Amino acid sequence: MDVSIYPGCSLDGTAKEYGESLEAITSMLGVNLHELKDWNCCGASSAHSMNNDLAVALAARNLGIADQMGMDLVVPCAACYQRLKVAEKRLVAGEKLEGVDNYDGKIHIKPLVDFLWDDVGEKQILSLLKKRLEGLNPVCYYGCLTARPPKITDAKSPENPMSMDEIMTCLGANVRQWSYKTDCCGGSLILTRPDIARTLIRKLLDMAEEAGADCVVAACPMCQSNLDGRQREISQESGKEYNVPIFYFTELMGLACGNPSVKKWLGRHVTDPRPLLTRKSLV
Amino acid sequence: MTVAELPQLVVPESSFKREVERLSGENVSTCFQCEKCTNGCPLHSWMDILPHRMMRCVQLGVKEEALRSDTIWVCASCETCTARCPNGIDIAHVMDTLRQISQRDHVPASQRSVPIFHNAFLGSIKRHGRVYEGAMAITYSFKNESWAGVFKLAGMGMAMFRKGKVNIIPKRVRSLGQIKDIFRRTELKG
Ligand code: SF4
Ligand code: SF4
Repeated sequence: MDVSIYPGCSLDGTAKEYGESLEAITSMLGVNLHELKDWNCCGASSAHSMNNDLAVALAARNLGIADQMGMDLVVPCAACYQRLKVAEKRLVAGEKLEGVDNYDGKIHIKPLVDFLWDDVGEKQILSLLKKRLEGLNPVCYYGCLTARPPKITDAKSPENPMSMDEIMTCLGANVRQWSYKTDCCGGSLILTRPDIARTLIRKLLDMAEEAGADCVVAACPMCQSNLDGRQREISQESGKEYNVPIFYFTELMGLACGNPSVKKWLGRHVTDPRPLLTRKSLV
Repeated sequence: MTVAELPQLVVPESSFKREVERLSGENVSTCFQCEKCTNGCPLHSWMDILPHRMMRCVQLGVKEEALRSDTIWVCASCETCTARCPNGIDIAHVMDTLRQISQRDHVPASQRSVPIFHNAFLGSIKRHGRVYEGAMAITYSFKNESWAGVFKLAGMGMAMFRKGKVNIIPKRVRSLGQIKDIFRRTELKG
């Protein structure tokens, strides 16, 4: 199967392990990823906060490239996904944007996790399963922007997305249900109002614990780095010890499918997930 | 009193409302104050004007307070309000529009670090076509005149470097001319 991918700016930096693990797992699944040629930043929250036309034009340039490449487009970052979908809706509605000619919306844009579950599918994933994620109790965290707002994202179930839950369940994990799947982690405020972001992150970590989870699985580089990277500060601030591994779903897929690079990916986390996996005899 | 004798309810037509509606394309007039937006807003504790009140401010032309508020700068664009509004108002987009009007009219931002951050982020896109995370964060801290921030970032940067997450050379878009062109075309007239 051939699809194009819009990697976004973090996959090569703060979310390196996400980039590495998604490449590994898609290739194991027989998916050929074609990086959008000469893609540019989607503008994220900054562009739409400051200049709406700029935000749409930046995202639209990428869609013009995807359209020329002619394959469905997968997006591993929630914020990038939403920005691309905003541009898609405007183009399909007939808006003329320079550099994007005759965009007709024939290519589908999908979050990576939905693509792996809906299009690649359970059978293919199970065919690679080597080690069930037995004993692992994750909650799945989707974040804000793959789901919302549904009129832009076309999310089937914006208040209770399931694709990541399904993947983790089929790999043998004991997925816990919680009502914070799409609650905000304050990612866009992490540098400007870190105090607010920490409060929101702490809430998510507490709710994960209350749901009986021992780790969180994420599908977005912003969400993951936000939840993973601030736990020491939150512990100091609150006097409660936080040490919750935050996985990318692709890392756990790689682990369950016996990919040899798992240790390298996990070594890049701020909150070390290896002790938990050792306790569960998964590494 | 008969129905005909009831006093007319006069809602002033505000020019501010017309401007926000024109720029955002959103029909703020339809807000009937059900408060669904506010009830789901994860940032409401840090807001001085709650989201539903902000819609009311727009309707009634309470411009100064709206543009000087904390609300427009602490809103995290999580889109919960937009997803839930029974009248289909894209409230998050109205917040964007208010930020943009306040910048255009040179209203000092109540949370000054937020527009500084956004400008550092956009500066990185303008230079490279992509965001070069480390340099962007450092630029932001300098512009924000936060030395503590710079040192903290330097520490985090070292940790990231050791984990192989920092690129020495930024990855650039090759057709940078196209990006500069997009910036030129969409430049806001102040
Ligand atoms: S949810 Fe919509 S209608 Fe209800 S108060 Fe908010 S903006 Fe108004
Ligand atoms: S988009 Fe802004 S106003 Fe709306 S719910 Fe999120 S933080 Fe609140």
